[in-house]
Amino acid sequence: MQRHFADYIFRSYRKRKAINALMCGLLVLAATLAIFPLFSVFGYVVAQGYSALNWEFFTAVPKPVGEIGGGMANALLGTCTLVALASLIGIPWGVSVALYLSEYGGKQGRGRFAGVVRFSADMLSSIPSIIVGLFVYALVVITMRRFSAVAGGLALGILMIPTVCRTTEELLRMIPEHIREAGLALGLPRWKVILWIILKGSRGPITTGIMLSIARVSGETAPLLFTAFNNRFWQSGLDQPIASLPVQIYTYAISPYDDWHRQAWAGALLLVMLVFAMNLLTRVVFNSGGNSKKQGGN
Amino acid sequence: MYSLLSTQNLSASFGSTQVLKNIQMDFDEFTVSAIIGPSGCGKSTFIRCLNRLHEEVAEASATGKVLLQGHDIYASDVDPVAIRRKIGMVFQKPNPFPSLSIFDNVAIGLKLAGVRRGAILRETVERSLKLAALWEEVKDKLNSQGTSLSGGQQQRLCIARALAVEPSVLLMDEPTSALDPISTAKIEELMTELKKTVTIVIVTHNMQQAARISDKTAFFLLGEMIEYGETSELFTAPKDQRTERYITGRFG
Ligand SMILES: Nc1ncnc2c1ncn2[C@@H]1O[C@H](COP(=O)(O)OP(=O)(O)OP(=O)(O)O)[C@@H](O)[C@H]1O
Ligand SMILES: [Mg+2]
Repeated sequence: MQRHFADYIFRSYRKRKAINALMCGLLVLAATLAIFPLFSVFGYVVAQGYSALNWEFFTAVPKPVGEIGGGMANALLGTCTLVALASLIGIPWGVSVALYLSEYGGKQGRGRFAGVVRFSADMLSSIPSIIVGLFVYALVVITMRRFSAVAGGLALGILMIPTVCRTTEELLRMIPEHIREAGLALGLPRWKVILWIILKGSRGPITTGIMLSIARVSGETAPLLFTAFNNRFWQSGLDQPIASLPVQIYTYAISPYDDWHRQAWAGALLLVMLVFAMNLLTRVVFNSGGNSKKQGGN
Repeated sequence: MYSLLSTQNLSASFGSTQVLKNIQMDFDEFTVSAIIGPSGCGKSTFIRCLNRLHEEVAEASATGKVLLQGHDIYASDVDPVAIRRKIGMVFQKPNPFPSLSIFDNVAIGLKLAGVRRGAILRETVERSLKLAALWEEVKDKLNSQGTSLSGGQQQRLCIARALAVEPSVLLMDEPTSALDPISTAKIEELMTELKKTVTIVIVTHNMQQAARISDKTAFFLLGEMIEYGETSELFTAPKDQRTERYITGRFG
């Protein structure tokens, strides 16, 4: 009887240990497979684009069709311009909405209108980006009768709003109510408490969220196709069509010319590195200002 | 001659639930008054009415009068922001502002009120930290985060922060309930020192503490003020049976 029971205990423990090992193995496998696409994409882009990366690529505009050479300098500058325009629209707008939702939207953001706004932001973030491009096309391009940098920037800016807004709101909510009350109890008006204590207190993580959304839109292609369009020359004004890396890559990739294919790969490499750099920079910002997240909890 | 701060028929509610009923109290200048009573009896709500912080909670409302030097702070033309400048508050949980240095935690009240002169700010920060008995411990690390201090130090930082704007009344809601005996002793010591310049109203669950530090004590029960008198009298010869039962530990 004694013997029997001990057998039972050891056998069931062995079985549990075996299942445990199997499950842990599966989790490690899933985790490894998850980083695999990233590294293979990156490796492939480097391998393909590396050879076409040279000085001319960074400094020259595209050569006329048929001529070998030329670069993507205008597209690089164009992407920077578009992202700057998008940030100018998307960041203040998104942060304002977040401030409304977390600080003012009736009953600490639990009012009915706040609920509608939050739902709309979530809907907007799941709308395909090409639809946003179409909307801006109808709104701006048709009215202005031309493709323009402003239209492209607006499309990207609209795409930024929901992500900026929702991440910022989450972060503002992580600051407990009694911190706000402490500010009010010092005889400060609510808007000063919000701007200089609450917003400033979570500026590290908020910057991170914003940087990630910038990185996200800087690779968008579809919404630019019929808003910013493309431009084979240096940009001449914000009301004119403007080149961008993603659209340039797209145009070159579907062309029949080998040289353009090579340049498309180089452009892809540049774009990936740009996004990488932005993520990396975010990490640095996050780690220096990031104490606030760890300690801001109480 | 009127008291520095007094309440008349003060009632407070959350939505339709009334939690304070017709409270009449007077607080004399440069005294410490303690408020005791079982959990949920409305002590916090009461002192939050005194600096109009109560109304910042959704659906909260208050009626009646609170007179500061004879002026009703609930009058329609009074700005609650100005009142809170005069009546500071220290909370139960230490709550230094995240991502602000020790220096800025103390200076921010003045800074955001428009004081720019570095000399004035430095002088105020030093004076307030000394008053809060924290100066010696932090004078060499004024630039580190306020949240990096220990709980007891954080609470003294919060006291310094409240003192920096020079309030005439300091409300304290169980300021030592989260602290160890040594920090508690420091803060109690501090209060006897502080009452030379400010009037203190303190909520506490610790009756020994109330007996040690306060001049007058009030006993609250179910939203009503049952008894209010000299601390020595209230603890030795309570007039109301309910007070007696509470302080002898027979209920609550
Ligand atoms: N935000 C709120 N919303 C609704 N009711 C509340 C709120 N805060 C407090 N109350 C209610 O008001 C009553 C008084 O609460 P209060 O916090 O003033 O009690 P207290 O005497 O400070 O208790 P404690 O000693 O536990 O801190 C309680 O019955 C409580 O349930
Ligand atoms: Mg309380």
